[in-house]
Amino acid sequence: MARVMAVTGNEAVAEAFRQINPDVCAAYPITPQTELMQRFAAFAANGKVDTEIILVESEHSAMSACIGAATAGGRVATATCGPGLALMWEMLFVASGMRLPIVMAVVNRSLSAPINIHCDHADAMGARDSGWVQLWSENAQEAYDNTIQAFRIAEHVDVRLPALVCMDGFIIGHSITRIEFLEDELVKGFTGEYTPLNPLLDIDNPKSFGPLVLTDQYHEYKYAQHEVMWTKVRDVVLGVAAEFEKVSGRRYGLFESYRLDDAEIALVILNSAAGTAKDVVDSFRERGVKAGLLKPRLFRPFPYAEVAQALGGLKAVAVLDRADSFGGYGPVFTEVCSALYPLAKRPAVINKIYGLGGRDFLPQHAERVLKELEEIAQTGRVSVIKEYIGVRE
Amino acid sequence: MAAELQLKELAQRKVLLAPGHRLCAGCGAPIVAKMVLLAASDYPVVAASPTGCLEVSTCISDYTAWEIPWIHSAFENAAATLAGVETMYRALKKKGKIDKEIKFIAIAGDGGTYDIGIQSLSGAMERGHDLLYVCYDNGAYMNTGIQRSGATPLGADTTTSPAGSVIPGKTQRRKDLTKIMAAHNITYTAQASPSHWSDLLKKVSKAVSMKGPKFINVITPCHRGWRARVEDTILLARLAVQTCYWPLYEVENGITRVTYKPREKKPIEEFLKLQGRFKHLFAPENEWIIKQFQEDIDREWERLLKEESLYA
Repeated sequence: MARVMAVTGNEAVAEAFRQINPDVCAAYPITPQTELMQRFAAFAANGKVDTEIILVESEHSAMSACIGAATAGGRVATATCGPGLALMWEMLFVASGMRLPIVMAVVNRSLSAPINIHCDHADAMGARDSGWVQLWSENAQEAYDNTIQAFRIAEHVDVRLPALVCMDGFIIGHSITRIEFLEDELVKGFTGEYTPLNPLLDIDNPKSFGPLVLTDQYHEYKYAQHEVMWTKVRDVVLGVAAEFEKVSGRRYGLFESYRLDDAEIALVILNSAAGTAKDVVDSFRERGVKAGLLKPRLFRPFPYAEVAQALGGLKAVAVLDRADSFGGYGPVFTEVCSALYPLAKRPAVINKIYGLGGRDFLPQHAERVLKELEEIAQTGRVSVIKEYIGVRE
Repeated sequence: MAAELQLKELAQRKVLLAPGHRLCAGCGAPIVAKMVLLAASDYPVVAASPTGCLEVSTCISDYTAWEIPWIHSAFENAAATLAGVETMYRALKKKGKIDKEIKFIAIAGDGGTYDIGIQSLSGAMERGHDLLYVCYDNGAYMNTGIQRSGATPLGADTTTSPAGSVIPGKTQRRKDLTKIMAAHNITYTAQASPSHWSDLLKKVSKAVSMKGPKFINVITPCHRGWRARVEDTILLARLAVQTCYWPLYEVENGITRVTYKPREKKPIEEFLKLQGRFKHLFAPENEWIIKQFQEDIDREWERLLKEESLYA
């Protein structure tokens, strides 16, 4: 029996953490993630988990302590966002390089300056190349479900990599919505007991961690990370999703295809804004326009072949990015273009930057983009490849 | 309380930092590391080091000199990393997955401790992790090629505070990290020197037997950076103590005790003159720096004795 509750996204992920009961959790408060760790600290204070929480003095130390704890040999979780994730940046690479299955909730927040506490995806996109598996979530339910699955993916013997789960700060993190929680025993059974590989605390078999590796072997270490991300993670994500569907009844893939089957035009959009955009896709469908939407879930590794298959037959696609690579295209746009490029026949693709620093993504924004796609589909002509939308005059 | 140290017995114990590491001949760091591990070897020990000379020279893949579990993750975070290890140990012990009593020791240089790592260290100490943090203080960023650090003494010639025709080396005093750590009101804080090995071993042995956060600062001559003779490592450490540049003392549960008082305090020139990094201070126009150096030492030594007398 599922428990149906009305909770915030932060509460939902805190509840997943409670059910999983990690051995160690090291975290630092930052808006809008703070509520998540407050809730979890309350679980610890009231004996609902026996997790040892380390309330560190910075996010850099949070990730450092997670690395120490995971190397020691146990299950480790943390949460952060925005500037906190940026401060962790150095250590993100250490966590993946040391192949530590740490799970981190990222309650997406913009980066300074100017300082802003609201949602965009600059934080997680900045971590794109750090070797972490990235799962993105439209709403609290997906954030909860992804968090539970992230432990299984990260800890899978074929993977052994850290994983982060994104949800939009405030928009999802602080909004109360309906959510179905799985029973504690189901979650515990699903995630299972954690078996560390080569724990540092195995005092009788001493090992050194974090060696100096120079020109003779470094390249091979990185190749090993590439190989697992490139060839192993996708299958594990799908396998875990299939098992998760059995216990939850909720289906997950590498991305969500929304009304894409016969679509001619489509939006590609991450996280909460996909919900708004789907409504607008529906209204276009009602008018007879063959519109669809693709919402990436697994962003790292990026499922290039599958995305190419899903979008290859369309006439025009708009990729909406809630982050910019200044002087370049948005990060999701470049991935979608890379996916489509090998195809002989491919859709026209445009890039819209929206919603930075929590600027609302409104139905009329999606409408305008879809109308532009209709025109591109008819004429085959793209006038502007990259453009900001929702900019105030 | 720690057992009495017997040299004969200690000599029988296994050295936990194996030979074959690539630290310089005459380097103080492995001497200090070996002494620390020897004094702690009543217990199983897990060690951590930040990036630095000791780290890059003791674990070059596929080799390691560490006979005990050891972790390095980055430069500024040995304390946070080891705090994570120690916390996982407590978590697993609570769950009955580990039964051994394990001790946790960080061994870190002054760059990773005084400067870039001070936040991580301060946080770990404030949170009360049950670990010992040992700083081997050689007074500069030696691993990157002798750049000035917060631990570099006044007047020292380093590659980023070169003694030039206008600026006579480092123009600032070193920070007193031991005092800063004592101000955290942790279980145990001490200063030690490999020249006074018995004092050092006793301090480490006492520290590991105590619960909570402990910090020991150990002067560790670096002949490359100090521009000194390879064979003078221990002599220089001794002179640092005898001139009271590096007083040997401890602060145990808030009570200060000076553990070694030189019968005759040597003038600081005795320490400075053996080191090329201070050579320029002996030029007439820089004599004021030596004078200031001596005044600083005298004032701090008097302050320390006064502090000790408060608890006598």
